[in-house]
Amino acid sequence: MTGKNLTQSAAFLALRAAAIITLAVLFIIIIYIMSNGLRHINTSFFLQGPTSMGRDGGIAPFIVSTLYVSAVSLVIAAPVGIGSALYLSEYSKGGLPVRIIRFCTETLAGIPSIIFGLFGFVFFVVSLGMGWSVLSGGLTLACMVLPTIIKTSEEAIKTVPDTYREGSMALGATKWQTIVKVVLPVSVPGIITGIILSIGRAVGETAAVILTAGSSLRAPVSITDPGRTMSVHLYVLTMEGISNEKAFATAAVLILFVLGINYAANKTATFIRRKV
Amino acid sequence: MKPAITIKNLNFYYRQVMALKNISIDIPANRVTALIGPSGCGKSTFLRVLNRMNDLIEGTRIEGKILFNDTNIYKDMDLMKLRKKVGMVFQKPNPFPMSVYNNIAYGPRLHRKISDKELDGIVEKSLKSASLWDEVRDRMESSALGLSGGQQQRLCIARCLAVQPEVLLMDEPTSALDPVSTAKIEELVKDLRDKFAIIIVTHNMQQAGRISDYTAFFLNGEIVEYGATREIFHRPVDKRTEDYITGRFG
Repeated sequence: MTGKNLTQSAAFLALRAAAIITLAVLFIIIIYIMSNGLRHINTSFFLQGPTSMGRDGGIAPFIVSTLYVSAVSLVIAAPVGIGSALYLSEYSKGGLPVRIIRFCTETLAGIPSIIFGLFGFVFFVVSLGMGWSVLSGGLTLACMVLPTIIKTSEEAIKTVPDTYREGSMALGATKWQTIVKVVLPVSVPGIITGIILSIGRAVGETAAVILTAGSSLRAPVSITDPGRTMSVHLYVLTMEGISNEKAFATAAVLILFVLGINYAANKTATFIRRKV
Repeated sequence: MKPAITIKNLNFYYRQVMALKNISIDIPANRVTALIGPSGCGKSTFLRVLNRMNDLIEGTRIEGKILFNDTNIYKDMDLMKLRKKVGMVFQKPNPFPMSVYNNIAYGPRLHRKISDKELDGIVEKSLKSASLWDEVRDRMESSALGLSGGQQQRLCIARCLAVQPEVLLMDEPTSALDPVSTAKIEELVKDLRDKFAIIIVTHNMQQAGRISDYTAFFLNGEIVEYGATREIFHRPVDKRTEDYITGRFG
């Protein structure tokens, strides 16, 4: 009896330790970066361009590049991802092709991002002649976040009860009408959550963009202009020993962005769920 | 009287399993026909054959003929048109997660462009026919999911009525409802009989007796007996029908 209780207490202690370690690691990283970064942040850091390779000045062009590249990736990945999810869950009748698609998506999700970068560089930048550009970066990121969008959208679509589909079809609706008028509206919260998580990944991604979007110091205007995202800027600042202060400041801004995006994801999802 | 639906030598298969065997009956117009029988006897399957909802299930196959308005519904009729003309109410109320108004407007909007004013009229008329108008007239814009179970089921009936069906299929429409809601639905079925042919699957023998004009007794995928409800309940011809009705099995 005591033996049993002892095991129980020991297991509980171990699990609690694991949870505490997880939280501690997370908090230490965030606190460390924030305490080193926040004091170098002021309005001009957000609004000005860099001077002397980023040793001085701000990161305005890099914020623009980050948002630009992420937006392009999303505009491409979201429709394709939601489309595949709808095909897989609503239209396909299962079987070998679907198993192959699923296997491919899962594999795609597990590929290191530098490999996406390499692929993007060889395919978009060189073969298709897009050069280092927002477009190349966005396309590469799109390939990278596609599995996430497909997976989360599919999960969201699966939660729509079949009784809704039956009710719609029984009124003479086609499959497409049912999808547009019933299935999609109901699954929108889940789909949006997936998309916003993907934005988070896109915003923070370094390896895939450094090889495809370039590292120009100027803000991109056209979609074919090169641009340097915040994470790439951070990488360059640290690797080339330009400025640790600015690197921490950039890191702090990045973390704030990701926190903001996650917060927005939660809020949007609850808001839409309440409306539906 | 001309039957609403004529079924001739119908066989139905789920893959290799024969779920309905050689069924031939006429469903009368403007009457309530009850389908009774123990669980798994094929009565729900039969109901779902009539608006081809079984098509949604992989591996189903049908033999024989089903004539609706002299047209073979599995050969010569547009599927969407069939389902519009042959409405269905399900076992569990399944209103869409949208407003009361939009639930009713859903069907009419599917089939044609329609003015707001005309739509308002259809919504009101359908809700009145389903005796729900007085209860929801002030909450047309609130979510249908906030209605009680009984109200939801009447909403689903109103939703069917809005596309002007000729036949109404009901798959145990009161099995998830309390006695008061059940009574309301039964009243409604009696009122609606003047306008449509109603086919109702029920597990409740008293219910079949109360509301139906004709009854078909299903057993193992076959119709054992089919006739006027009064005859079936008082003078069943087949021993098995008698056993089932008197509660000896099922």
